[in-house]
Amino acid sequence: MTSAETGKLALGAVCVLAAASAPFFSDGYWLSIATTAMMYIALSTSWALFSGPTHLIALSTGAFFGIGGYLVGSGMSDYDQGFWTMALIAPLVATVLALLIGLATLRLKGVYFVIFTLGLSEMIRNLVSWVQNNFLGSRGLYVLTDFTEAHIYWMLLTVAAVVFFSGWWVNRSRLGFALRIIGNDEEVARHVGINTAWSKVILFMTTGFFAALVGAIVAPRYSYIEPNVVFSPQLSFLVVIMALLGGVHRLWGPLLGVIPFTLIWEAITISFPASTTLFLGLTFLLIVYLIPNGFVGAFETVTGRIRK
Amino acid sequence: MTLEIKRRSLVMGAGAAVGLSMLLTTTALAAEPIKIGVVSHLTGPLAGGEAVTHTPNIELWAKQVNDRGGLKVDGGQRPVEIITYDDKTDPAEHIKAVQRLATQDKVDFMLSPYGTGFNIAAAPIYAKYEYPLIAVSAITDKIPELSKRFPNMFFTLGTTTGFVEGVRDTLVKMRDDGTIGNKIAMVNVADAFGIELADKARPILSEAGFEIVYDKSYPLGTPDISPVVKGAKAAEPDAFVAWSYPPDTFALTEQAIIEGLDVRAFYTAVATCFPAYADKFGSKIEGNLGAGGVNPDTPAMQEYRKAHKEVTGKEADYWASATYYASLQILEQAIENVGTIDRAATVDYIKNNSFDTVIGTVSFDDNNNSERYWSVGQWRDGVFRAVADTGMGDSVPAVAKEGWN
Repeated sequence: MTSAETGKLALGAVCVLAAASAPFFSDGYWLSIATTAMMYIALSTSWALFSGPTHLIALSTGAFFGIGGYLVGSGMSDYDQGFWTMALIAPLVATVLALLIGLATLRLKGVYFVIFTLGLSEMIRNLVSWVQNNFLGSRGLYVLTDFTEAHIYWMLLTVAAVVFFSGWWVNRSRLGFALRIIGNDEEVARHVGINTAWSKVILFMTTGFFAALVGAIVAPRYSYIEPNVVFSPQLSFLVVIMALLGGVHRLWGPLLGVIPFTLIWEAITISFPASTTLFLGLTFLLIVYLIPNGFVGAFETVTGRIRK
Repeated sequence: MTLEIKRRSLVMGAGAAVGLSMLLTTTALAAEPIKIGVVSHLTGPLAGGEAVTHTPNIELWAKQVNDRGGLKVDGGQRPVEIITYDDKTDPAEHIKAVQRLATQDKVDFMLSPYGTGFNIAAAPIYAKYEYPLIAVSAITDKIPELSKRFPNMFFTLGTTTGFVEGVRDTLVKMRDDGTIGNKIAMVNVADAFGIELADKARPILSEAGFEIVYDKSYPLGTPDISPVVKGAKAAEPDAFVAWSYPPDTFALTEQAIIEGLDVRAFYTAVATCFPAYADKFGSKIEGNLGAGGVNPDTPAMQEYRKAHKEVTGKEADYWASATYYASLQILEQAIENVGTIDRAATVDYIKNNSFDTVIGTVSFDDNNNSERYWSVGQWRDGVFRAVADTGMGDSVPAVAKEGWN
């Protein structure tokens, strides 16, 4: 490990500690914003682990997030399982599912992949409902625990930290190198002997794992799981928009997207409660036209010019 | 011609605006309004239900209170000001908005949200800041556990089991009267509440001696419901029971009309009580059974329905609308009797007193539950009358459905 890398890790640790102290400063409104932001930081960053290098836009976050929430709800109410057991099982189920989906679909390219993942959340919601309806039955999806907002915030922070660490680790591994080559030219990658399908599947599984874990942790915050709410297509879009706003070619890019987006979203919700969807569409357009590489890309262009 | 009218209405509009702002200034001078917050689903999957059952009642109640001069507190009268936020039917947004109302807007009271999940998700915040939470659109079997966790939370619309037992009681009564036989076709939407209800109904109906001759589910949001209805028809049942959500309540009814499903009892769950249901199907749904129902004959109910129509321009639904309005009356009476803005005292007052409301006298038991609600209604001459209830005692016997004419 080089000294620059040690420095980066130390900086990361300081950031995590600073973030961990937030609940001591505010336990009301600002903590609830921070918790939501932390959820999106974990989701967007883990999304970018896969979609950043491969350039494949996956709209599947809602599907895996939903599995997390739904399994925790069903396990705790219908099978009297503890929260921790279910929070462990849910991401594993999602990982296996991501494996199957990945094997079946990652040969799809470009827009076909996007369209497939768009329908995925709806498909999985129907699948789990069907299984529950025909084989399991239900007593209602309650997730009643003694966790406070601060507990959930710290859990999400831990997940986000782990996502960053694995992103950092993947980037410097052979896998990360392989993925960057795949993203630039898949043909070339295949010719130099990279197993492109498996590289993509492994990263897709990682994304699925983290999204389900976040869904499981957030379930006690929601207390009662409504399938059409946790399997939300809007969540998938928000995650993509926030990640693109920040920039996906750097690990810390999505972080820079989530924070301003959450704050602006909050301001819009207060001032124009009926036009949030319009705002979402406009943001998407602006990102695509004006800052295609996100804040990070824009920042790097500016600093690059100054250096010249 | 049109231009002129437009100009005139513009001038009148401007005049009204000036008058209104003057009026607002004078009221503000007279008394600081009591701030009442509510987080609504203005958009998203539950926006439809919210717009029928909650929003018009808040509008009606606020207008009535302010027309009277406001709530009687601190030895005078203070008007109410409603602060509404949209949560896009997203629990994370909902929690944030409730926090915002409590700590940024510092509202004096909050109204209950729409949907079981949202009531429970918001309950910890209401509890933390001691806001009374009189839940209406929340049907749950966890009332004892929830009220122990959240002592400020009250329940008014019954339990999941009560919901199913109402249907059982209605069908048993009809069987005893010789209206129907013992064969039931049962379908449900394969989504949380639908699965839960079907799960409870199977043993409850079997124990009551019914034979479930058809038992099928369909996915939420399915575009084609006809196989389900065809299958039910082929099983030749005496009664049809559907644990359905609003869109499928409409779709099932439409399909039953097309197929000519000939049953003497036809039950669909949520949204059967909506005036839009009667508007769409007219006389064809005479005798249809559904979740909810009211007693439309009491003077209080008639007066309420008339005012609802006048102020909001819409008919109130025949179920939770009146109960939601009653929850506002309970809050109003509790605030006025406490006499100051003291939330903890208001919670105590709600626990220990009874309230005169549009649905009759309401009081809460040790579990903060009001055991007074209608559970099944039947469309009779354009009115959805209660035919089964818990603790109300004023429902009428259900009659046979005579075809789809």
